[in-house]
Amino acid sequence: MKRFIAAAALVMSCASSAHAAIDAYTFKDEAERARYTELTRELRCPKCQNQDIADSNAPIAADLRKEIYRMLGEGQSNQQIIDFMVDRYGEFVRYKPELNAHTWLLWFGPAGLLIGGVLLIGVIVVRRRKPTAEDANVLSDEERQRLAHLLDKNHE
Amino acid sequence: MKRWVLLIPLALFLGLAAFLYKGLYLDPSELPSALIDKPFPEFSLPAVQDGKPLTRASLLGKPALVNVWGTWCIACRVEHPVLTKLAEQGVVIYGVNYKDVNADALKWLKDFHDPYQLNINDEAGSLGLNLGVYGAPETFLIDSKGIIRYKHVGVIDETVWREKLAGLYQGLVDEGKQ
Repeated sequence: MKRFIAAAALVMSCASSAHAAIDAYTFKDEAERARYTELTRELRCPKCQNQDIADSNAPIAADLRKEIYRMLGEGQSNQQIIDFMVDRYGEFVRYKPELNAHTWLLWFGPAGLLIGGVLLIGVIVVRRRKPTAEDANVLSDEERQRLAHLLDKNHE
Repeated sequence: MKRWVLLIPLALFLGLAAFLYKGLYLDPSELPSALIDKPFPEFSLPAVQDGKPLTRASLLGKPALVNVWGTWCIACRVEHPVLTKLAEQGVVIYGVNYKDVNADALKWLKDFHDPYQLNINDEAGSLGLNLGVYGAPETFLIDSKGIIRYKHVGVIDETVWREKLAGLYQGLVDEGKQ
């Protein structure tokens, strides 16, 4: 029984530590809360890399959340806040990087590959299509004349 | 169909293989700094030792390493002897004591050695934030006008110094002499 309790306690403690970071911030209104949620979901934690800063327990993510909260309180726009982060941590912190000379491949690469692949398959299919019996039987007027001409020649 | 068309898949495969091979040797945890070739951020913070106010102007005049460290940072302890050695060779090193307890920092500098010409007390992490620091140790190389020229994330060891920083630092020193 003791063992069971110990195991249960262990499982519980793991479960509680798996929860995402929760900060106690109070917002002016629901709109501001929504913007906070949106921004912390869109910005990436520089340290943990594959988590957004809303989800991360890293100290740096907590600092950035605090900074976003402060800037929202100051009435800065989403764009200003994102620019602030990009100025310090680079384009890396955005899950939706801006479209520019460095990122166009990232934005359009997958769609480009898909379209290219579809076109390639299309070309192959058209080329491989075997002529049907009907295609073989149909002669153009020109071919008909030529055939008639050849047949006539043989008769002579 | 022309013969060369058959070579296209092979060429595509080789291209992809070259990309992936290069990717094997990239470190994804190393981010390019957004601050390269930008001025070191303005700040107004006390010194670790005597609490005297320091500003950006305190760092100007000579090319230098600006090392972000903390007593809580285990890797900084590894790096410390290397910094000490560099300081003995005459390399100018400034410290940013990042999110640390000042008493702990003083004890560290007393117990080990103090390679820093001056040490900025960034207890709240505001300068660290403006520098885009996401972990310690991080080291910035600034020129005599306070422009950030290079950033190294992680421990500076002999190899990193020799292969990456030494040349750049020497270049900046020579630039100043001309």
